[in-house]
Amino acid sequence: MLWLLLLFIIPMFAMASLSLQTGSSLEGFQQTFRFANFTDAISANAEFVFRSLRNGAIVTVVALLLAYPVAYWIAFYGGRFKTVFLFVLLLPFFISFVIRTVAWSFILSDDGIVLGTLKSIGLLPDSYHVLGTTVAVIAGITYNLVPFTILPLYVSLEQIDPRLVEAAKDLYASRWQAFRKVVFPLSLPGVFAAVLLTSIPAIGDYVNAAVLGGFAPGTSMVGNVIQTEFLRNRDYPEGAALAFVLMALMVVGAVIYARLLGTERITEG
Amino acid sequence: MSAVATEPERGLDRPAAARGPRKRWTRFVLPGYVTAFILYLCFPIFIIILFSFNQTRGGFGTSPRVKTTWLGFTGEWYSRLFELPDLTASLRHSLTVAFASALAATVLGTLLGLALARHRFRGRGTSDFVIFLSISAPEIVLGAALASFFVSLGLPRGLGTLILSHTMFSIAFVTVTVRARAAGLDPSLEAAAMDLGAGPATAFVKVTLPLLAPGILAGFLLAFALSMDDFVISQFTQGPATMFPTWVFGSTRVGIPPHVFAFATIIFVTGATLALALALAQRRRRA
Repeated sequence: MLWLLLLFIIPMFAMASLSLQTGSSLEGFQQTFRFANFTDAISANAEFVFRSLRNGAIVTVVALLLAYPVAYWIAFYGGRFKTVFLFVLLLPFFISFVIRTVAWSFILSDDGIVLGTLKSIGLLPDSYHVLGTTVAVIAGITYNLVPFTILPLYVSLEQIDPRLVEAAKDLYASRWQAFRKVVFPLSLPGVFAAVLLTSIPAIGDYVNAAVLGGFAPGTSMVGNVIQTEFLRNRDYPEGAALAFVLMALMVVGAVIYARLLGTERITEG
Repeated sequence: MSAVATEPERGLDRPAAARGPRKRWTRFVLPGYVTAFILYLCFPIFIIILFSFNQTRGGFGTSPRVKTTWLGFTGEWYSRLFELPDLTASLRHSLTVAFASALAATVLGTLLGLALARHRFRGRGTSDFVIFLSISAPEIVLGAALASFFVSLGLPRGLGTLILSHTMFSIAFVTVTVRARAAGLDPSLEAAAMDLGAGPATAFVKVTLPLLAPGILAGFLLAFALSMDDFVISQFTQGPATMFPTWVFGSTRVGIPPHVFAFATIIFVTGATLALALALAQRRRRA
């Protein structure tokens, strides 16, 4: 039973310890328990932390709005084809998400099929571009994460007894009222799970900012900073401190979720 | 299951239809939206497959790059698949790591899943929470933690650290899959085997393991697929050994060779066909 501890907890401790060290990659790092590393890392990268949180929030809201009707329709009207629909929704996962993101950079490129076509028929000015903007980054993250928004929503909507809706209608509720007063409140556990499963990876993402944002000014996120500190600058303490902040954010979210609904709902699938 | 589910659904539709033809067009809004959404989700796949057959116009000496505009149909890239040694090596790394880590994660995850389903022990709640955390933690945090770990130990990063890291993140998924299967298992079956003279080991191998097999297989395939797809953790733990997704990411700056799209198409078709075949086989067995 200790493997999980060995393979998860120990690296976490290693990261925590590294985040408090000082030194440089050339001279080596010493443990000095310098907690100021955290405040330094955050204040030096406040812009990126803020942008990640904002992008994460936008992605979560957009993904929820996109996903809810899909999950609702499959759960209530999918009939015999529910599994077929779920299979189709999972089809993109058979292609590595880096390659899917690269495909979006093709689709959205200045002379690509979407913008190129719109430009050639004169609907867009020639100088118009999407790549290298925050819009492209947010759209990319949303695309990559929306299946993770749909699945928990679907699971909770599927468990709702359709007879409850009928009962509401028998009591003269309109379709909209039946949805607002019966279906939506019952699906709230799924909404919470979807928010958690979408916002956490969205905040930590750096692939979309790199591929679709192309490191244009104003698009990089905190993940890009962590990646650069770890893999290029080898300033491990700063990267570790930032990653630790992300982890702390996530644990807070997870604890709130576990308090509200219990972990077994997720781990027992 | 479906018989119960479809019966009240017909009832759901009735009031809407009774409201007359004026409201009828709204019936198509939701299905239309779902169709559009599915097309949106699958659009990049379509583009990848299409552009794997696209011609390029490259200069001499430089390797070809995929062009963003359509230049004409060619099957060339499929006949030149293994032309780029770095790309081929990265695919070999990905397959090796996926196979080794899925195997390790399946063994460890099965034992953990069984323990969690069967026994109430001290620290059960904690392991539950740790599983939950390692499934939902952002990949970049796992990657940074593992990189910190390897840096602190002074372990050189390469295929070994990759296999270790991939095993680590796959265990939780195997555990959850096996546990779901084990929870539905009647423990008296094992007891019955032991009553009939089987030792605990024999009862486990002859009774419990075959009953768990579908869960274990699903866990293995999930771990394999997750490992093949993983980018973030690989990038943090790979060192000089590149994996397929990290190689592709690295080449985005200079342009993607069309071979990448050809490989992606082959992987997609193989994976989707395999999953479909498994699902159909399972359905037939149940029927």
